[in-house]
Amino acid sequence: MNLVDLDRVSLRYGEDDEGTLALHRATLQVGAGEFVAVVGPSGCGKSTLMKVVTGLCAATAGTVLVSGRNVVEPLSIVGMAFQNPTLLPWRTTLANVMLPLEIVKPHCKRLKRERAAYEAKARDLLALVGLKGFEDQFPWQLSGGMQQRASLCRALIHAPSLLMLDEPFASLDMFTREELWLALQELWLARKPTVILVTHDLREAALLSDRVLVMSARPGRIVAERVVDLPRPRKLEMTYDPYSVALVHELREYISSARSNAASDGK
Amino acid sequence: MSGSDLIDEPPLKRRKPFLLRRKTQRRVLPWVVIILLFALWEAVVRLFAIEPFLLPAPSAIFAAGWQWRWPILDNAWQTFMTTAVGFFIAVAFGLVAGVAIGSSTLVYDGFYPALIGFNTIPKVAVIPILVIWFGVGTVPAVITAFLLSFFPILVNVATGIATLEPELRDVLRALGASRWQVIQKVGLPRSMPYFFASLKVAITVAFVGSIVAETVAANKGIGHLMLVASSRFEVPLAFAGLLVTSIMGIGMYLVAEVVERRMTGWATRSVDGGMMAGQG
Repeated sequence: MNLVDLDRVSLRYGEDDEGTLALHRATLQVGAGEFVAVVGPSGCGKSTLMKVVTGLCAATAGTVLVSGRNVVEPLSIVGMAFQNPTLLPWRTTLANVMLPLEIVKPHCKRLKRERAAYEAKARDLLALVGLKGFEDQFPWQLSGGMQQRASLCRALIHAPSLLMLDEPFASLDMFTREELWLALQELWLARKPTVILVTHDLREAALLSDRVLVMSARPGRIVAERVVDLPRPRKLEMTYDPYSVALVHELREYISSARSNAASDGK
Repeated sequence: MSGSDLIDEPPLKRRKPFLLRRKTQRRVLPWVVIILLFALWEAVVRLFAIEPFLLPAPSAIFAAGWQWRWPILDNAWQTFMTTAVGFFIAVAFGLVAGVAIGSSTLVYDGFYPALIGFNTIPKVAVIPILVIWFGVGTVPAVITAFLLSFFPILVNVATGIATLEPELRDVLRALGASRWQVIQKVGLPRSMPYFFASLKVAITVAFVGSIVAETVAANKGIGHLMLVASSRFEVPLAFAGLLVTSIMGIGMYLVAEVVERRMTGWATRSVDGGMMAGQG
């Protein structure tokens, strides 16, 4: 069964017809437990797609179904991480990771009574991404990569069934990024949430996802789809084997043609 | 210690004499400046033989201050309480109104122009009206202190909440957080540095408000004391009142600063420079 089901969804920013059309009849399905990557030229409405799926933005037209229900308000089953770690500077790393527990429904009531158990859970999660010993540090005492790891933990702590990642590794250096790819894969294999990963990095998409969706230039729409047929758990070296290289080349073709189409449309 | 010993020691490790250390200098320098200013003042008054009722010498001011110490303390306490009451009402009102205005664009659009219009009214001109309503005494002074000090607090809190990063709000909203939860978890803590910065401005102008009101319409307080003193040509006493006011102002400012550092150390970390280097 599909967890996410978008049917000809359009979204226009602004209140009248003059606003920017960010999405145009985008259709996509994501199955439960699937890892999907969305790639496309910059400014193609990838972030808008995320906002529509999570209910942060209401679609102008079309239907958005998540776990069979129409999305009309922000969902509470979602974990999100962005390009900026967006950690709260007045909280320790541990308190930052535990933030969702103070808000999400079943947990926020239990948190007071079962604080120790929840805290242990958060510490385990931090240890899983290699942040053991940094729980009581403040975010600004951590490096950028460590902040991003903490941000991933925060997105996962309440065991969301849908994980939305908006270019979470884009501002990191290559080595940190590759390290975090593996960390993310491990987290995903351990819990199997549904993941929608928006990225500019085609290697990242090929390494991590079960399926890659290519978006056209603005107004965004899904123009191509490729299944990544590689065994799990995947290793970094796999991004250099012929299958992956061919896949990345193919995706690059799609995107450059999407860009030149946009250019010939007079954009 | 002989000269050859000094050569072997790394020169950087040598401690400077107490008075040449940078830390001591930073502590001592403000007092040196103040004392020099008073000395200059004293010298000018004596050199040009300025009449005491025009500009009294600091020595005369201190003498008058000591002579009238009990009335001055009594009146200073009155002014202090008046200012404090007005200031705390301003803090409460400024916080609540700031949150309301900062968290809703509709409230912001609706109220902000009116507030700015209100803030441009010279508060001194309101005092006669307050006297008509409440009579001469403490109440007009409290209200004037409040009127002058709530605006900076309100604007700062509203700014702190309104400039919340959209991603941060999205993270919370995507978890199903209500508007109030977003304000409580992120908006309020985030606006605290702005809030405490505004307290330093607010406490200073609160003193201005209460003293101005006391000179116009009160029978007690430093403002009243100064008015009475100058009408009797006790100019040194009036100056002593000024001195006491500035000491109270500095004292409250320092309290506000200590509270600010305690509460929002995370926001001034780059200024202190004592922490590990992070990203950005």
